[in-house]
This record gives sequence, C-alpha cells and structure tokens, in this order.
Amino acid sequence: MTVASKERKLTIARAMAEAIAQQMRIDQRVFVMGEDIGPLGGVFGNTRGLFDEFGAERVRDTPISETAFMGAAVGAASDGMRPIVELMFVDFFGVCFDAIYNLMAKNTYFSGGEVKVPVVLMTSTGGGYSDAGQHSQCLHGTFAHLPGMKVVAPSNAYDAKGLMTAAIRDDNPVIFMFHKALQGMGWLGTERDAIVHVPEEAYQLPIGKAAVVREGADVTIVGITSGVHHGLKAARALAERGVSAEVVDLRSLVPLDRQTVIDSVRKTGRLIVVDEDYQSYGMTGEIISSVVEQGVMLKAPPQRVAYPDIPIPFSRPMEQWALPSADKIIAAFETMENH
Amino acid sequence: MKPSREQQLWMYEQMLVSRYFEESIEKIYMEGKSPAFNMANGPIPGEMHLSNGQEPCAVGVCAHLDADDVVTSTHRPHHVAIAKGVDLDRMTAEIFGKKTGLSGGRGGHMHIFDADVNFSCSGIIAQGMGPAVGAALSRQLQRKGGVAVAFLGEGAANQGAFHESLNLAAVWKLPVVFVIEDNAWGISVAKSASTAIERNDQRAAAYGMPGHFIPGNDPLAIFEVAGEAIARARRGEGPTLIEIETYRLAGHFMGDAEGYRPEGEKDALFAKDPIPKFRNHLKASIGWTDADDAELVARAHGLVDGAIAFARDSAYPEPEEALEKVFV
Repeated sequence: MTVASKERKLTIARAMAEAIAQQMRIDQRVFVMGEDIGPLGGVFGNTRGLFDEFGAERVRDTPISETAFMGAAVGAASDGMRPIVELMFVDFFGVCFDAIYNLMAKNTYFSGGEVKVPVVLMTSTGGGYSDAGQHSQCLHGTFAHLPGMKVVAPSNAYDAKGLMTAAIRDDNPVIFMFHKALQGMGWLGTERDAIVHVPEEAYQLPIGKAAVVREGADVTIVGITSGVHHGLKAARALAERGVSAEVVDLRSLVPLDRQTVIDSVRKTGRLIVVDEDYQSYGMTGEIISSVVEQGVMLKAPPQRVAYPDIPIPFSRPMEQWALPSADKIIAAFETMENH
Repeated sequence: MKPSREQQLWMYEQMLVSRYFEESIEKIYMEGKSPAFNMANGPIPGEMHLSNGQEPCAVGVCAHLDADDVVTSTHRPHHVAIAKGVDLDRMTAEIFGKKTGLSGGRGGHMHIFDADVNFSCSGIIAQGMGPAVGAALSRQLQRKGGVAVAFLGEGAANQGAFHESLNLAAVWKLPVVFVIEDNAWGISVAKSASTAIERNDQRAAAYGMPGHFIPGNDPLAIFEVAGEAIARARRGEGPTLIEIETYRLAGHFMGDAEGYRPEGEKDALFAKDPIPKFRNHLKASIGWTDADDAELVARAHGLVDGAIAFARDSAYPEPEEALEKVFV
C-alpha cells in the first residue's frame, strides 16, 4: 500500500485541483471563481471535481467579466475570504489589470499593512500549439515587474501542489502561473516529465525558493516552467558529449531566489537563462544582472534563450522557430565554448 | 423612511465637519504654493480633490451604515470617509504624509484605508465597484450580514467596470448598493457630452435591478432612498443603483481654473449650497436655534482643528520606511 502510494503520479492539473480541494475542506474561507471553473472543471482541468464536492456557492462560474470578478476577488479577500480566481489565459490580463496591479498589489501597502489581500490568481501561460498571439503568451516579466504580488510558476506536479497550497495559505496576493503544455491535458500536448509523484497529504513548498533540479559543474541553465524542461533535455544531450550542466528551476519569480542562481554560477562559471516570455526587459535580463552585479567571475558572456520581441505568430513553422528549445540551449552553450 | 431628529443632527454635523475639513485643507494646501503654484510644494503636496457641496451624498447614505458595513469611495473621498467614521486624526495625518497617518504616509489623499470601519478608496475611476461587489459576496458567503456601498462619480458610469459590476452583483443577488454622485463634470467634460442618456439610474433596468434618481442634492431625500436600498440589500433582495444630483462647489482638483464652467454656474450652485439649506430646514422643522447651531459648529471645528494639529505635529516617516508593508 505504501509502495503504491509512493508511485502515484499526477498531472499539474490534478495536483492543483487536489491542493485546492484539500484547503477548501479545512478552510471555509477558501472559494474559487472564474470562467468555466464550475461543472466543466476548468478549461485546463485544474478545478476538476471541485464543483461536485463543494457546490456552486464555493466553486463559482463567473460571467465573462474579468474586471468585475478580479475586483471582487480583491474585495472578498479584504473582507476575510481567501478567493482563488482564475484568469483563463494570462493574455486576458489586459481587460482587468487595474484590479490586479492597482488594487490587489497595492492595497496592503496603501493601508500600511492593515488590509490583507490573500488572493490566489491562477492563470495559464505558454504556447507551442498555434493559438497565436492573444492566447500563447507567458508574461512572466509583466507580473513580476510590478511590486506587491508574489509570482510562482511550477514545472511539475509535485511543485504545483506544494506551491498552490502555500499560495492559498499566504496572506498576500499570489499569481500562480501554469504552463498549458505542462498541464497534462492531452489536447495541448503533454510534457511527460511534468507528471511526477505527488503525495496525497497536503504539503507546502516555500514561495521564493528555487530548486537545483540537476547538478552539474560546467554550465548553469536557469529556467522556469517550460524552460526547465528544455534545460533538462539540453543537459541530457550535453552530458553525452561530456558536458556537465546544472539546471535551476526558479519556481518563483517573486520573491526571486537569486542566491541559488548565484551559488550555482559561482560553481560553473557559465550561465544560460531560458524563458518563453519575451526577451527584452524580462526575467532573462534580471537573472543575468543579478549574477553580474554580484561580481561572479564568468568564463564566457552569459547567454539567453528567450522569446524574440515579436507578437506570437500563428503559423506552425514560424511559432516553432521562435520558441525556446533544447537545441537553442545547446547552441548557446557552443557559443560560450567558442568564446 | 424619514430620519429621526438624532439622525438629522448627525447628518448635519457630519456635513459641517466635512465642509470645514475641506475648507481647512484648501487653505493649508496653498501654503508654499504661491507665488508659483507647484503641486509638489507645501505641507500637502500632490493632487487634491475636494468634496465641498457633495456632503449630502455621504451623510444620506452613511446614516444607514455601521462600522461593519463596507464602503468603497473615489478619488474625492473625504466627505464619505468622514461620514463612514474613518479616524479623522489619522486620515488627516495621511493626507499630510505623516508617519501617524492611516498607512504611515504611503497612500495619501486618494488612497485612504481604515480597516476598523471597512473604508477604502481608489484613485482609478469605477475601480471601487469590483471590490464592493466582492465584499458583498464575502458577506453573502459568510452569512454574517452587512452590506457594501460603492460610491462613484457620474463619469464612472461609462467605464466597463461599472457595467460588469452591476451585472455581477445582480446575477449573484449581492447585498451591495451603487451610489453615483453626479456632479455633472468629469474634470472638464460635461455629463451631457460624455453620457448617452440623461440619467444613469435608467441603466439599472439593463441589469434587472431598481434604479433611483434623486434631484436637488437633498440629504433628506437621499436618506430616504438610500435607506430603502440598503434595507433591501440587508434583506437579501439584491443590489440597487442610485444616482444623486449633487454639486461640486470646488474645482476638479486644487489648481483647476474651471474655465469650462458656463458663466454663472458656480454662483447658482453656491446659492443652492446644501449646508445653509439643511440648517434652515432644521430651524423650521425641529426648532433648531442659532445658539444650538453655534455650539455644533464649534464642536465640528474643534474636531477638525484637533485633527489638523495632530497631523501638523506628527513626524514624517523615515524615508526607508517606504520599503516596508509591501507584503504582510
């Protein structure tokens, strides 16, 4: 029985739903609202089963009114509830961002810490399946740039459950970004490595703590969500030619665990940062700056593998060309080798 | 629903406090700002939106609320905050940017939060509405009673948040009341130039909720209509939309030359100033005397003067305190 339990593997979607259900069982203040999160179980599967267990009052389908329900999440949280609100695609932030960055993110500050806003905003990110430029973005940098919100983004189901549990229990707003290709929904393509063992009992992962997911000595590859999987694939390929790559999964963007990255690069002397978000003014530049300003000695200029500064194209050859990949990481390493 | 003698006197006193507060802020705001007007100078820097003339909206509604009820207000929040019972000393200190302010100086005049009386405001048009809907949802889910009231200006009725919030409140039958303070101007743009219909209460019909229009900036009429709407919300019968014709006796903000106003408009508005009108009503209806009035005015002024002295005497925060309270 114990052995069977240890082998239980979940998708990120299942892990998120399980974390939410467990917190809803022990905390009446927790409720979920968003578009199609009720009987449908969420377009990306992450609220499946919740409606049947908790009913329409605590698992609320909303009208397509992100401005209103995002603002309502702020108001409910300020009044003692712990709403989990879904923004179906992160790309939809444009219709409701005031409630997010002017209210959710600032009300605690503007109240001198008197008003707590414990909202979990869960939202899907990422492309690769030809959904074009209004349904494929990551926007990590957009959310992480603005102070007052914690930002987490898991690369696997174990982290997803632990981070979701921590997010629900956190007294601050937490943006929970999940990458569509990692959800384990077959129709979006499925990254097998994101489906991992998940303990049944509730547990928390600390927000703001990165993980070294593969140890190595020659180069540090830093990524988040899909970037971690590209990094791991590149590391396996590099290993075949005798290069030992260390892979860091940031897991959180805010707070950012700079120290884990710096420690790794001090060891390896080489840094590649991978991000499916746009390259300029984003996470890749932030990571490189964080390392460089600490005076870490580098054997070669740091490299980044990020999305080019273009709207995401529809046509498959164009989109696939633009996306980060293991091959691009290997090419980046070769650039450093030849330096 | 008519206000009792005590309720009328409470409303009148809050109006006196609010008006004298704004008049005091107006004077202090100009300290250090002449001969050259620079918004950054003086003991009260930044934008300043005064509520002179709009007091009836605040008192007629808040007369039906207690500290447990939730209110969200706008960039012009002082009259509503005072009527909701926000701590006047700490609010004033906040407006001065002092350490003793409600948020220790982080928010200022457009971001007044007092958790003790469930008051907040936002400087973004119509963006108090979603939070009021959410607070009402919270009360419905917790079955703990209480209502939420969102104050907004007539300009906010053309925001997406207005329409989304009305629909959401109606579809979930939430205990929330939306109160439009129609002062006829969105900064310099007249309501007639910005709004496709004459009266926004008509928009309530689109969301299946009662809508009321209250002419004449009349605190007694506001008391009556708001009382019914709030009682309805408390009974669990859902939201109401109210539009109040009110008067902005000041500019949009301090420094506004108000060149957009038609000739004579301000004089006409001052002739309808709700405070002398209310005073005359009290004299005619409850035997209010000049001596009674002098006593109440003195009390109101004392309260405001005390708050301003508290703010002036308070220390500024250490600059580095800016780094605190981003998260709890």
